[in-house]
Amino acid sequence: MQCIAGTLGILCAVMFLAGAAEAKDALILKSTSIDLPTGDRQFTGAGADVVNDNCLTCHSAGMILVQPPLPKATWDGIVKKMINVYKAPVRDQDVAAIVEYLSNHPAGSK
Amino acid sequence: MNPFSFEARTLTRRAFLGRAALGGAALMSAPAWAHGIDFPFPGGFGEREMTTSFPQKGSMILQRTRPPLLETPWETFDRGVFTTNDQFYVRWHWAGIPDNVDVNTFRLKVHGNVDHEMSLALPDLIRTLPRVELAAVNQCSGNSRGFFSPRVPGAQWANGAMGNAMWAGFRLKDLLDSAGVKAGSTQVRFSGLEEPVIEGGPHFKKSLTIDHARDGEVMVAYAMNGEALPFLNGFPLRLIVPGWYATYWMKMLADIEVLNVPDDNFWTKKAYLIPDTPRANIIPGETGVKMVPINRMVPRSFVTNLSSGASIKASAPNEVRGIAFGGDCGVAKVDMSVDGGANWQATELGPDEGKYGFRRWSAKIAPPNAGSRVSVAVRCTNTNGDAQPDIPNWNPSGFMRNVIETVDLVAA
Repeated sequence: MQCIAGTLGILCAVMFLAGAAEAKDALILKSTSIDLPTGDRQFTGAGADVVNDNCLTCHSAGMILVQPPLPKATWDGIVKKMINVYKAPVRDQDVAAIVEYLSNHPAGSK
Repeated sequence: MNPFSFEARTLTRRAFLGRAALGGAALMSAPAWAHGIDFPFPGGFGEREMTTSFPQKGSMILQRTRPPLLETPWETFDRGVFTTNDQFYVRWHWAGIPDNVDVNTFRLKVHGNVDHEMSLALPDLIRTLPRVELAAVNQCSGNSRGFFSPRVPGAQWANGAMGNAMWAGFRLKDLLDSAGVKAGSTQVRFSGLEEPVIEGGPHFKKSLTIDHARDGEVMVAYAMNGEALPFLNGFPLRLIVPGWYATYWMKMLADIEVLNVPDDNFWTKKAYLIPDTPRANIIPGETGVKMVPINRMVPRSFVTNLSSGASIKASAPNEVRGIAFGGDCGVAKVDMSVDGGANWQATELGPDEGKYGFRRWSAKIAPPNAGSRVSVAVRCTNTNGDAQPDIPNWNPSGFMRNVIETVDLVAA
C-alpha cells in the first residue's frame, strides 16, 4: 500500500481498507439514540439555593448525597477543585456558603 | 432542619442544561434502603436505590444519576464469569454524553505523528481489520472505595464497579501500523464523544505509551459478549487495555492522536494518580509522596454465592464459590481460609477463559456444629506471584483496593 504522507488521508484510508482481508460474520452496528434521566432532585433548607445553583450544573444531587461525612477542609478542597480544574463558574463570594452547606452533612462534619 | 432533605421541583436553567424536565422524580420520602440496598461501609452511608431507568440496562444500583454511575448488583457475579451487558457497571466523567450515535456518520480519527492521517467509518473498520477476541476485566480505579477507612470522597462504590466481558474488535497495533507511526512518537492519546458541560472544562482524554499502545494486546472493541456495546458502556467503539484500570478504556472512542511530546492534559498528568508506593498505600494524612499515574490492576477474589450473615448447613458440605482475577496477569490459585488466615487450602478453579478475565473458584466447607460461625476468607495469587494482602491499602483517592475479602457465615 502506498500513501502520500500528509495528503488525502481519507483516500489512503480507503486504499488500506480495500487491501485488507474481509472478516466473516461482521457485526452490524445500528444507529442508537438514548434518553437519560437527569436526576432533578434539589437540596432544600437554609443555604440550599447556592448549592442548587452551582453544584447541579455538572452532576445530580446524588453525587453529594452518597458521600460520607467529610471534614470541612475536604469539602473546601472539593469545591476548589470543581472551580479550578473543572471550571465550575462559582463566584468567589459563594464558596464559603457552599462549603458550609456541604459540611452540614446529616451525620455532621468531623 | 436537615439541609440534606430535598424535593423534586423545577430545575434552574443552569442546572438543567436545556433538557426538558422529567416528571415523577424520585423522592426521599421513603427510606432508600426499603427498595434498595445498604452496603456495610465503615461509618455507614451505604444506602442506595435500585434503578431500571437507564437505556439498555436492567436493574442497577444507582450511585449517581447524572452523569451516570451505575453499579452491578452483586448476584450478577454469581451467574457466570462473563458479566451481562445489561448489568455491566457504568461510569461517566462529564454529563456531556451524546443523545445519539449515527453509525453512518461516525468516524474514528487517527492523527498526529503518523504518516497517514485517517478518518475511518465503522463498517470499514469492522470489515477490514483482523478481528480479535479477548476476555478481560474492566474495573474502575475506585472500585470498592466505599470500604476505605477513613472514608474518602468520590464515587462511593461497593465491589460492583467491575465486570468481565468477551471483547471483540481489532488490535490497536494494526490500526496504528496502517497509519504509520513516525519515529519519535512517545504516547498515544485517546478521546471519545463525551464532552465537558462547562466551557473550558478539560475534555476527558487518556494516554498510553507508544510501546504499550502497540503491544498487540490493547484493542478497540466493537462488540461486547457478542453484541454491540451498550450505549453507556461506550458504543460504538471502546478502547480495551487488558490488565489496566478502566480509566484508560476510553468509551465512544473517536480520536486517536499519536504524540511526540509527553501528554500534559489534565486527565493524564494530574488525575488518576496513585502514591508510588507498594499497593499505592500510604498512611492517612501522609504528604510529600511521589505520585504516578494509576496503571496495572492487582489480584482480587470474592465469594459470590453467599453474603455475610448467610446461613449454611452444619455437619454437611456446603459449596462456597466465587470469582477471582489476577489483575495484570492470570490467576495462579485461589486459597481459602476458615480460621482467620492461619491455614489456607486450595480451591478448585474453573475453566480458564483468558488470563485477563474472571476465573471461577469453588470449595466445600462443612461446619461441625449448628450455631458455629465460619469466616470464609479467599485469597488470589496471580501468575506473577502477587497475592492479595490481609491489610487494606489506603490512599486519598480510594484507588486499588484489593485486600483479602471475608464473608461471615452461620451454621444451622
